[in-house]
Amino acid sequence: MNESQRQAYGETLVKLGTDKRIVVLDADLSSSTHTSLFQRAYPDRFFNMGIQEQNMIGVAAGLALSGKIPFASSFAVFIVGRAYDVIRQSVAYTNANVKIVATHGGITVGEDGATHQMLEDLGIMSGLPNFSVIAPADAPETRRVIEEIAYKNGPFYVRLSREKVPTLLKDAEFKIGKGIVIREGEDLAIFSTGIVLGRALEAAENLSNVGISASVIHMHTLKPIDRDLIIKYSRKTGRIITVEEHTIFNGLGSRVAEILSEYSPARLIRIGINDTFGESGPGWELLDKYGISAKNIFEKAILMVRS
Amino acid sequence: MNTEIQEILLKANEIRKLSLRMIYNAQSGHPGGSLSAADILATLYFKVLRVDPKNPGWDERDRFVLSKGHASAAYYAALALRGFFPIEELFTFRRINSRLQGHPTIHVPGVDMTTGSLGQGFSNSVGMAISGKIDKKDFKVYVLLGDGECNEGIVWEAALSAAHNNLDNLIAILDRNMFQLDGATEKILSLEPIEEKFRAFRWNVYTVNGHNVEELIDAIEKSKQSNGRPNIIIARTVKGKGVSFMENTHEFHGKAPNKEQFEKAMQELNEKEMSIKKGEIE
Repeated sequence: MNESQRQAYGETLVKLGTDKRIVVLDADLSSSTHTSLFQRAYPDRFFNMGIQEQNMIGVAAGLALSGKIPFASSFAVFIVGRAYDVIRQSVAYTNANVKIVATHGGITVGEDGATHQMLEDLGIMSGLPNFSVIAPADAPETRRVIEEIAYKNGPFYVRLSREKVPTLLKDAEFKIGKGIVIREGEDLAIFSTGIVLGRALEAAENLSNVGISASVIHMHTLKPIDRDLIIKYSRKTGRIITVEEHTIFNGLGSRVAEILSEYSPARLIRIGINDTFGESGPGWELLDKYGISAKNIFEKAILMVRS
Repeated sequence: MNTEIQEILLKANEIRKLSLRMIYNAQSGHPGGSLSAADILATLYFKVLRVDPKNPGWDERDRFVLSKGHASAAYYAALALRGFFPIEELFTFRRINSRLQGHPTIHVPGVDMTTGSLGQGFSNSVGMAISGKIDKKDFKVYVLLGDGECNEGIVWEAALSAAHNNLDNLIAILDRNMFQLDGATEKILSLEPIEEKFRAFRWNVYTVNGHNVEELIDAIEKSKQSNGRPNIIIARTVKGKGVSFMENTHEFHGKAPNKEQFEKAMQELNEKEMSIKKGEIE
């Protein structure tokens, strides 16, 4: 079953809305981010700021420092790209209780092309002190993430996708900063973040058919990263593949590389966007073209295990 | 002269002296914009703002955001004089392990918002005013802007959004001293006619002499009566006000005085203090 993370986000906001401290801001994309669901339920606590991401974040900081719990949403490329300095000074530095939930993360934005495909956000946001950074895999996990962060004080960045995604984590427990082991294997460990989990699982299944057993671990939280889990699977398998819908710089692959180098060296192959912009096309096909595919993960795993 | 006004002018003069001493001591900071804002800050902290130094986080307090965060020296001086923290702490300004960072942070008692990256404080004050409206609180949100700061796009984003949300509980003051870091505002990126711009953005606009306490109080009182519109007071000021060789130049925007300059400045401000006490300056 495929479900929309954005829809799950909007519905969860409505559920949280009984708490009068919850306020929601959007920058003229509410029907795309689905914060419009909150607007319908609680019009007095919804603010469509117009197309101004910087002011939206500045206002969200002012609201947070007055005791509100603001959720601010737009597309990842705009909310991070255009508002970065405001996020840095007004939210991160003040440790303001602002929840930034970006939709349309990554290359699966698809047809709108590279201008709308944010590939650097996880790295940019992980660089900011006080921020936690989360990329849920599917719609049910999105619900759990939003409910959880609403009542964890401090700033959060959550990245959601445009595309509907396969439901894989219907009942998995979500704990900030704790990776989820979905499949156990001995020969290598595949770490993924965000909506590409399904591709990692498909690759692991195909690998098992050729006698290679792969662990699959979902790293929903990029920051704080689950260091112990990475070390554990490095020691267990000695071979790691990371998979992310993000530039290979400063995302999951980089974080894993840092931890392996410092604590527990292992073979590592990073799969992600290789220092290039995207292009227009159907989202899932773009993932294939840019190598974030079950096929590529499978081939890299074979290479790693048999060489 | 009315003794209340005289008292505020003396506080403003004290803010100037303390600011210069802090900046001289640190050999870094922003004298020009601190001196131009001193009368505005003294009027706010010694007449207007509903704040309680013993309870800086009081929910019902008026909010104040120094959006032109580089005037931190004058801001800290005003807060210390108002009793938020000891005067002696002022001389840790810009030193290692001090609470008094180069630009204001919310860790300092009495500071409502961290500022320094221009324009953001204005946007933050819009958020605070919206929060006041949601909760039907009667506090006001005051925000002090610099004129160079108005080059920033976010200032105009915030201006649109304050008017759109009918934030009559928002009172902005523009320290219109006509200079920014590199030179005269009208040479770098002209702002005039600034009143017309804000009027066109559907703000109530008042223009005053920003060194005249009575005019400032009068415009603030009018702003407090606003119904449905945000307010901005264009305070026409002199950059470096109070120190002859710092006036009307960008040279001391971000430069500390040397020993000779500092001593001359203090001498001038001491003389001014005598004149205020004698009732010669209004």
